[in-house]
Amino acid sequence: MELFTNQVLAGIATGAIYACMALAVVMIYQAIDHLNFAQGEMAMFSTFISWQLMQWGLPYWVAFVVTLAFSFAGGIAIERVLFKPLTKAPILTQVAGFIALYSIINSFAGLTWDFTIKQYPTPFGSSPFLGSQLISTHQAGMIGITLLLLTGLYFFFQYTRVGLAMRAAAAVPESARLVGINTSWMIALGWGMAAAIGSIAGMLIAPVVFLEPNMMGGVLIYGFAAAVLGGLTSPFGAVLGGFLVGIFENLAGTYIPHVGNEMKLPIALALIISVLVIKPAGLFGRNIVKRV
Amino acid sequence: MQVVQQLRIAALATAVIALTSGGALAQKKYDTGASDTEIKIGNIMPYSGPASAYGVIGKTEEAYFKKINAEGGINGRKITFVSYDDAYSPPKAVEQVRKLVESDEVLFVFNPLGTPSNSAIQKYLNGKKIPQLFVATGATKWNDPKNFPWTMGWQPSYQSEGRIYAKYLLKDKPGAKIGVLFQNDDFGKDYLKGLKDGLGDKAASMIVLEESYETSEPSIDGHIVKLKASGADTFFSVTTPKFAAQAIKKLAEIDWHPLHIVVNVSASVGSVIKPAGFENSQGILSAAYAKDAADAQWANDPGMKKFTEFLAQYYPDANKLDSSTVYGYGAAQTLVKVLQMCGDDLTRANVMKQAASLKDFTPDTLLPGVKINTSATDFAPIEQLQMQRFKGEKWELFGEAISGAIE
Amino acid sequence: MSAVEEIASQTPAVQAVPKRAMTLSAGTAFVIVLLLLVVPLFVKNFIIFQMTMLLIYGLAVLALNILTGGSGQFSLGNSAFYAIGAYTSAILMEQYNVNYALTLPVAGVICFGAGFLFGQPALRLSGVYLALATFALATAMPQILKLGFFEHWTGGVQGLVVTKPDAPFGLPMSQDMWLYYFTLAITIAIYVFSVNLLRSRSGRAFMAIRDNEIAASAMGIDVATYKTLAFGVSAGITGVAGGLGAIAVQFVAPDSYTITLAISLFLGMVVGGVGWLPGSFVGSAFIIFVPNIAEGISKGLSGAVFGVLLFLVIFLVPHGSRQVAMVAQQLLGKLRKN
Repeated sequence: MELFTNQVLAGIATGAIYACMALAVVMIYQAIDHLNFAQGEMAMFSTFISWQLMQWGLPYWVAFVVTLAFSFAGGIAIERVLFKPLTKAPILTQVAGFIALYSIINSFAGLTWDFTIKQYPTPFGSSPFLGSQLISTHQAGMIGITLLLLTGLYFFFQYTRVGLAMRAAAAVPESARLVGINTSWMIALGWGMAAAIGSIAGMLIAPVVFLEPNMMGGVLIYGFAAAVLGGLTSPFGAVLGGFLVGIFENLAGTYIPHVGNEMKLPIALALIISVLVIKPAGLFGRNIVKRV
Repeated sequence: MQVVQQLRIAALATAVIALTSGGALAQKKYDTGASDTEIKIGNIMPYSGPASAYGVIGKTEEAYFKKINAEGGINGRKITFVSYDDAYSPPKAVEQVRKLVESDEVLFVFNPLGTPSNSAIQKYLNGKKIPQLFVATGATKWNDPKNFPWTMGWQPSYQSEGRIYAKYLLKDKPGAKIGVLFQNDDFGKDYLKGLKDGLGDKAASMIVLEESYETSEPSIDGHIVKLKASGADTFFSVTTPKFAAQAIKKLAEIDWHPLHIVVNVSASVGSVIKPAGFENSQGILSAAYAKDAADAQWANDPGMKKFTEFLAQYYPDANKLDSSTVYGYGAAQTLVKVLQMCGDDLTRANVMKQAASLKDFTPDTLLPGVKINTSATDFAPIEQLQMQRFKGEKWELFGEAISGAIE
Repeated sequence: MSAVEEIASQTPAVQAVPKRAMTLSAGTAFVIVLLLLVVPLFVKNFIIFQMTMLLIYGLAVLALNILTGGSGQFSLGNSAFYAIGAYTSAILMEQYNVNYALTLPVAGVICFGAGFLFGQPALRLSGVYLALATFALATAMPQILKLGFFEHWTGGVQGLVVTKPDAPFGLPMSQDMWLYYFTLAITIAIYVFSVNLLRSRSGRAFMAIRDNEIAASAMGIDVATYKTLAFGVSAGITGVAGGLGAIAVQFVAPDSYTITLAISLFLGMVVGGVGWLPGSFVGSAFIIFVPNIAEGISKGLSGAVFGVLLFLVIFLVPHGSRQVAMVAQQLLGKLRKN
């Protein structure tokens, strides 16, 4: 039983990583209606920027805020320069664009900061949290910030004009334009916000997994999985999905004999697919009715 | 008087014979890729893809050959180093090696990296009788001169290193309950096999849990929790740098203090221990064969001074803390030694022959006492390692350089 | 957030490509086949090897094209079928001494079965969900191949070395050249089969589903059967390509068939032009040669250079080589009129 509780707790701690990333995934999905494969790399790059700023002597929170602003601007710039010209291109071509962006950022970061791992500071410290040795104060802080972001996003999308306009622009662009929403800039704004949230995720994840150019590769897979499980349109679902994936993965690794440990990712993914087969829009996603 | 004269004549005659036979030896012989002015060497490295961290090895080697050329080359010949990216993908490795051999026409392939890539090209190169020299992987199978006379390893094999830890444990902690965390690939499995072979029939009782992880996992926390719960009092970490550092940190966080052994691949002070925190790393055990550039104890070592000067002059962008630079330097230096020994006979057969005749050679970057020895039946250049314990901010070597050779 | 259902007028993910536009004219096809037959006689073995790989990846991209361009289903998991095909051939050849040529139909049939089975749950999924499901398959495959349970056959993490076949009947041909012509014959056969498949009743059903699933089912097309059939056919062809790949590379290992391969195949399809079958081979050339070009430009930044080149291609021709071919055709038409 102790092992069970421990694994659940460890799962929650790891799940916080996935939840954080899943939020960024949901953000971009709300804005552009599909997944951005380069999102993890964008987050990694932002994290490197903040690391570099701290190397130059800036205090953590200053670096944090500067990085946030940089990422927001960077996200908008990427959309304007690289993806706006592709608006009319087929969706699959845009996906190829994401892959190209992934490749560019990863390679560039590798050349600039090389591939050795870097220590990344945490503002929360890493002592045991509330006496539990399984969750550190950093992980608790990470869960806290994730929940904070979640609340913020919920209110943003549910109650603010910009948030509602953004949703409208992604879901029904034609109608949105008719009511006077500048859909093109809504998309750019979505990119900016997704990049900013991604940078927060990166800065929270880096103290756990260490900073290096490939740090987000695995995280992004789990972030996608979590977001899809929760329903791509629901920030709440995405966060819950993150924790569920983290817990389930650990339990599968511990309790499924023989293959559990080696196959925990495939098993977790298989479970998600089974959920999707039953609930195709994810646990909390809205069903989309297709018009013929 | 007469006798003396006769002796003189005899001596002269011997000298003449020696000279002429020397002259016969010195007759220039070349295979494709070598000439009076050039030695063309091929190489493949993962400059892109999941293992791109190791690309530094190729870049260091390129810089080292630049240095050799600047200093006049080898016996007057300049080295041309052609290095291609295989992205750590075996099919790409085959394509690139065939390009090296059939289009660039290199003399041999030097230090190709990765067990999968090397396995993929081994049969092709041996079939064509082209040396696959000093491969950059620690699998045991590269030391097989009978079946693959054109393939030779360089670094100590993972299995022999695993045996060294087993020897240590049997002697110093015979009642150890070992929990193993290993990467689920050839690297992890080879170490595990070495440990098990070394422990012999005690393996089953001493190893309480074998836990594997995948490189795609962002964090290995769950595995560590499980290992702690297994009741292990010895933690054998067969991990690559990122995961080794994560493990060191996680152990401290969950207040678990077993005897911690980290494999040589992840024993770098600069790229593992320092990021994981010195305070979390006290007492960790490992084994080494090369000096660590980030370790202060070698600051005044003549060999390492040469290494540092080389980096400053020929590869200034390099991160000195990255152990891959030390690796690339050592491997390239070994190759240069072999090529010098080849003299003017730059045939593929002679390259292999000279590579198999290294006697007590010590590159600048190897630990004192570790020597490179090869023979026609021994294709494992470095076989010795020395145990070390982390204390303060550096490794403290203890015991003697032990050979983990597999009989 | 809420249970409100949104109504979206979805644009199909894959553009409708009329079936005529999916192939080449007889004249062009003749010239290309002639070139493919003659060129190897005059080039080095290494180039022949690259051409063999071009055909093999071309087949795999073609298979993806049938699935995505034909039936509108998206897959990032075809590397898994490629792996199954490769291992089937390798295991049969090395462990059971089966003739290499006979292993290919087996690989095809096994992969057809695997694809058909995988198509069942995939039926309920579309768009990003299907992408994730297939992505899951691709990430799982190397781990399945490494499993200790299968190690006896697969060689585990070490993989299997495969013997390259000699030319039969004492033909005076190098192994590379023989394998090339062997691959070429299979490629042409599969290509002709694919063209005919898409022109057949099934092909029309695929395309109806791609363009409007609901309308297709209203017309009486058995959507489920045809969608899974498309998955099966695509997987089967990919499997044959995988088997050929194993023979050409002479080695199979879990690391050869990671998600990177699936992404490459996807890029090949986009660059070649989704839904345009001859484009598959253009796309295949792109994924083989462009990384080499990028590396030649800058070793340290090869990934970035590759990304920039890819961006250039999709900026200039968002519809891939199909667009180039169409423009060329129009130009030729104008020239003839003048």
